[in-house]
Amino acid sequence: MNPGDISPVTILIAAIFTNNILLSHYLGMCSFIALSRRLDTAVGMGLAVTFVSTFTTALNWVIYHRVLARGALSWLPGGLGDRVQLEIFALIVFIAVIAAFVQVVEMILERFSPAMHQALGLFLPLITVNCAILGVALFMVIRGYGFFQAVAYGFGSGLGWLLAVLLMAGLRRRLRFSTVPRGLEGVGITLIVTGIMAMAFMAFAGMVRIQ
Amino acid sequence: MSRHLATLVTPIWKENPIFFHVLGICSALAVTTRVSNALVMGAAVTCTAAATGVFVSLLRPVVHRSVRLVVEMLVIATFVILFDLMLKAFWYDMSRQLGPYVGLIVTNCILLGRAEAFALKNPVFPSLLDGLGSGLGYTWVLLVVAVFRESLGAGTLLGFRVLPEGAAPAQALFLPPGAFFLMGLLVWGLHAVRRRP
Repeated sequence: MNPGDISPVTILIAAIFTNNILLSHYLGMCSFIALSRRLDTAVGMGLAVTFVSTFTTALNWVIYHRVLARGALSWLPGGLGDRVQLEIFALIVFIAVIAAFVQVVEMILERFSPAMHQALGLFLPLITVNCAILGVALFMVIRGYGFFQAVAYGFGSGLGWLLAVLLMAGLRRRLRFSTVPRGLEGVGITLIVTGIMAMAFMAFAGMVRIQ
Repeated sequence: MSRHLATLVTPIWKENPIFFHVLGICSALAVTTRVSNALVMGAAVTCTAAATGVFVSLLRPVVHRSVRLVVEMLVIATFVILFDLMLKAFWYDMSRQLGPYVGLIVTNCILLGRAEAFALKNPVFPSLLDGLGSGLGYTWVLLVVAVFRESLGAGTLLGFRVLPEGAAPAQALFLPPGAFFLMGLLVWGLHAVRRRP
């Protein structure tokens, strides 16, 4: 199926369940392991990731397709737009957009909603180096999504990550009362439980298909 | 000399970035379905880490502390883009297979972590060695995971058959859950080995 024809709703559902950014593309593992230790930090980071990934994906889509992509600037006089190749800067631009967006959101929250800032403030700077957000932007380019598809994908991936980290935090709370072999404590058991979770999510595989 | 050797070897074994700091685990899971992918990815991280170390160390006198993160990110992104373009030019199939994961080296915490923790405080040569060591420490872990996943999951190694004809490969190892299990077991094994005096 041509990726341009898939409806945004399908992409949204697929990004949450069948093509979960964490459980099937392994992105965002570092913060997943570190922040699933506690339920409240997991919720905070999950919400922050969802928010940032939705909006930066929209921003990055516009910048990529209106400025950076081949032929996007062909309206410039003198054929200048056809001669410049800005595609190679996509990576730097994506990172810069994500970092700048996070910074702006942090300032706005600090000014207008101290309560929200208290809840999410700690996580926002961490997001800049969360590979799930950059991964969403890169996948969006590789798969050639349109604007609404890209936004649905960004939102769905954020929700998918939130779901995964929430489940993991809940599981780890229970895990605290069980005896885990000593070398397996912490990272090891988290990885293995994530594997079981990924297996459970594979049961969704027949639901929708985007690739 | 021995001091330089220690700089190179410490991140390979004793302070391995993946096991000791739990950094860069995303790509370690994602690109290890084939040994060749793991090798290329390892080379990418080793080259970019070494180059980043050298440049961040060179830029020490001119970069103010307050903008160092931005500068470090720019240096890293530049080298990652260079590697990505070279891969696209000379080995397009591999570039397609690795997909976004080469670009994602930018957010690989190993590079930024080493730039912050080491290259920012040390001269050029030790920074080069530290970058190389971190890259190699990352590469061998990827190779171990990839050897398991490719030989048992597909029955081949670098494209050559290793399992006898007719033996059914364990395809589960190719899928995400297999990667998580294998990595978890590897962490366990390494902890067990390390605790022994």
